[in-house]
Amino acid sequence: MIQPTIYDEMYEAEGIVRPQYQTYSDWLKGKPVDFIKQKQREAETLFTRLGITFAVYGDEGGNERSIPFDIVPRILGMQAWKTISEGACQRVRALNAFLKDIYHDQDIIKAGLIPEQQILANKLYRPEMRGFNVPGDVYVHVAGIDIVKTNLGEFYVLEDNLRTPSGVSYMLENRKMMMRLFPELFSRIPVAPVDHYTDVLLENLRAVAPAGVSNPTVVVLTPGSYNSAYFEHAFLAQQMGVELVEGQDLLVTNNTVYMRTTRGPKRVDVIYRRVDDDFLDPFAFRADSIIGVPNLFAAYKAGRVTLANAIGTGVADDKSTYIYVPEMIRFYLGEEPIISNVPTYRLDRADDLKYVLEHLPELVVKEVQGSGGYGMLVGPGSTRQQIADFRERILQSPANYIAQPALALSTCPTFCDTGIAPRHVDLRPYVLSGKSVTLVPGGLTRVALREGSLVVNSSQGGGTKDTWVLEQ
Amino acid sequence: MLSRAANNLYWMSRHIERAENTARLLDVTYRMSLLPYRVQESDQAWAEPWALPLVINGLASAYYERYPGPISSDDVLRFMVLDSTNPSSIHSCIQAARENARTERGAITSEMYEDMNSLWLKMRGADYEKICNSGLSLFFDWVKVRSHQFRGVTFGTMLRDEGYKFIRLGTFIERADNTARLLDVKYHTLLPSAADVGGAVDYYQWSALLRSLSAFDAYRKVYRDLITPAKVTELLVLREDVPRSLHACMNDIYEMLMMLCDDSSIEAERLAGELHAQLHYGRTEKIIEIGLHEYLMDFLDKLSLLTAEINRDFLVPVYTQQQVSA
Repeated sequence: MIQPTIYDEMYEAEGIVRPQYQTYSDWLKGKPVDFIKQKQREAETLFTRLGITFAVYGDEGGNERSIPFDIVPRILGMQAWKTISEGACQRVRALNAFLKDIYHDQDIIKAGLIPEQQILANKLYRPEMRGFNVPGDVYVHVAGIDIVKTNLGEFYVLEDNLRTPSGVSYMLENRKMMMRLFPELFSRIPVAPVDHYTDVLLENLRAVAPAGVSNPTVVVLTPGSYNSAYFEHAFLAQQMGVELVEGQDLLVTNNTVYMRTTRGPKRVDVIYRRVDDDFLDPFAFRADSIIGVPNLFAAYKAGRVTLANAIGTGVADDKSTYIYVPEMIRFYLGEEPIISNVPTYRLDRADDLKYVLEHLPELVVKEVQGSGGYGMLVGPGSTRQQIADFRERILQSPANYIAQPALALSTCPTFCDTGIAPRHVDLRPYVLSGKSVTLVPGGLTRVALREGSLVVNSSQGGGTKDTWVLEQ
Repeated sequence: MLSRAANNLYWMSRHIERAENTARLLDVTYRMSLLPYRVQESDQAWAEPWALPLVINGLASAYYERYPGPISSDDVLRFMVLDSTNPSSIHSCIQAARENARTERGAITSEMYEDMNSLWLKMRGADYEKICNSGLSLFFDWVKVRSHQFRGVTFGTMLRDEGYKFIRLGTFIERADNTARLLDVKYHTLLPSAADVGGAVDYYQWSALLRSLSAFDAYRKVYRDLITPAKVTELLVLREDVPRSLHACMNDIYEMLMMLCDDSSIEAERLAGELHAQLHYGRTEKIIEIGLHEYLMDFLDKLSLLTAEINRDFLVPVYTQQQVSA
């Protein structure tokens, strides 16, 4: 049953289908449950056979799992997509300007819009980047902007992912899977294509090569085949037709980066790195990193190689910086935010802390620098004990947390044991910057498969859906 | 291409080829063990057919450590088919090949990865009792077919790039190594029981060897005659039209290296060329004069020099200062 307070992506009200779902709904009505069931099984078998998997940290049993895939698509009309794409691009433009600013003149601090300590005392701020000019002034080449819709049908940005956002391979593989399972739907419904994503990515990466390099060599740098997102790293390298390298494959001599190839050393110009700042270079950052490349940072600072994303972007996607993004949009772009932020409480403020501690059962509390759904409390649905435990953790270091109201995330019909039922979803579109700031019409819809659950992270039992943007 | 990637692809095909060769050998051994003919002289490895797969792969001591006591077909099969502690078991080879493929899935085609992954998923779920119940030969055939299939998918879908050449290189190096070892063990251990030459046991043993290398029909077509050691030697060493012969393998190895080598890796090409010439211009009489065992040992030594050179030049290279000062 659809609860009246929750926005459902498919149904306006009991029995009334939203326009963007009309054709799909008509088609679905003609299909027996067994057919859907069989298709769902087929999808699972195919995903396992294709080896589209992710690894779950701390899961000692099976180190690889295929991510649960739901065969009911999330459909967005053109108008909704316009809001999402313009809003997400606007945000990335502002965040990029912010990064350039805080590593150069720090106008936003001088203007008194962000406290100096918020930036300079942040451990994700990289003083080494001060005064360094990145090619094309692009810091965030790939951004994943998490967007949710609430009960009134409004979009909110839940968080920005500006370091090494993952999941885009599922966006692309989910589409392939849907086309394989239901080719007839694509002849009936004008779904905008997404598979040029990797072409756009490559074009943008080539556009930010160091000055003077006419035919840049791009590589994807992965922590290795045991990383949870290895499948994605390999997938992206393959789709772009570039080498997938590990730290051990690269060497730096005279500030030049080479990869070890069967034909001797070959120069590398642009590195799309999926390794965190901390582990990139044992000489510059964490000395115990065995997945990094010694002297890579020196070559970067010498302007001999481009890293995407740039070093030091983490300070901008920190959850305590998040609350300033609307200000950044006004300050750098002179525009009003197209998509709003979720109201956020900062627990380093005494009045916010007091309010949050009194209202824990209604709030979502997140670690400021956490990601992946680890280290968070979802008030509704947590036990008294869980809330009490989390309260202790907050009190130990309040500045380490932010809190937000538990949003009534929109739901989308999803195939479960009991048939098709509503489950909460979010959306992560991927914004690409380089030559320009763009995104392909689509994104990764994540779905909380457990009834009532609001946690969509794959590491926490979430699944994914194909996301359709209608072309007309 | 990346040296590490080349190394992974090279080992992916070596592992798959090894799984296939082991399946072939176990299948033939199994069939032979069902025959009523047995050589009684117990001091010979061949006297106990189940020792052969262990001897060939240099696994006898590892086996005895794990399964003390008299050799049993059941234990050898368990050890060689599913034992994950044995790096040469079919299970381990397929797991390793799949791990190589997973790491290099960007360098191979999605069809290849899908094929390899589904092979591993089946292998992972395999159960020894079930394999025995549905018939061992059926299982060995399945391994062979899956190896053929993977080679076919590779041949049919992959760009003829460097990676492809390293895959082929791995296949033929593994295959040459296997043929040489198999031939040596059979020949070496058969010689003392000269009394049996021409007898039924002898016939079955030679034909088993030929069958395990898919060369039995070829032998009949080529010679239309009794099986003799000299002819088997000619067939499996010198004839280039027999796909698993040393000469055929060296044709492919040399061809791949001619395409892969440049000025900095000329030694690998030279070593391959030398070994290729030895087979290309070799004569059976000469081999018998030297002694087949000695001949094969010399071949294996040279092959191992060649693989060491391939490692140095391509797969795990060390650069000179000159190479990175450009």
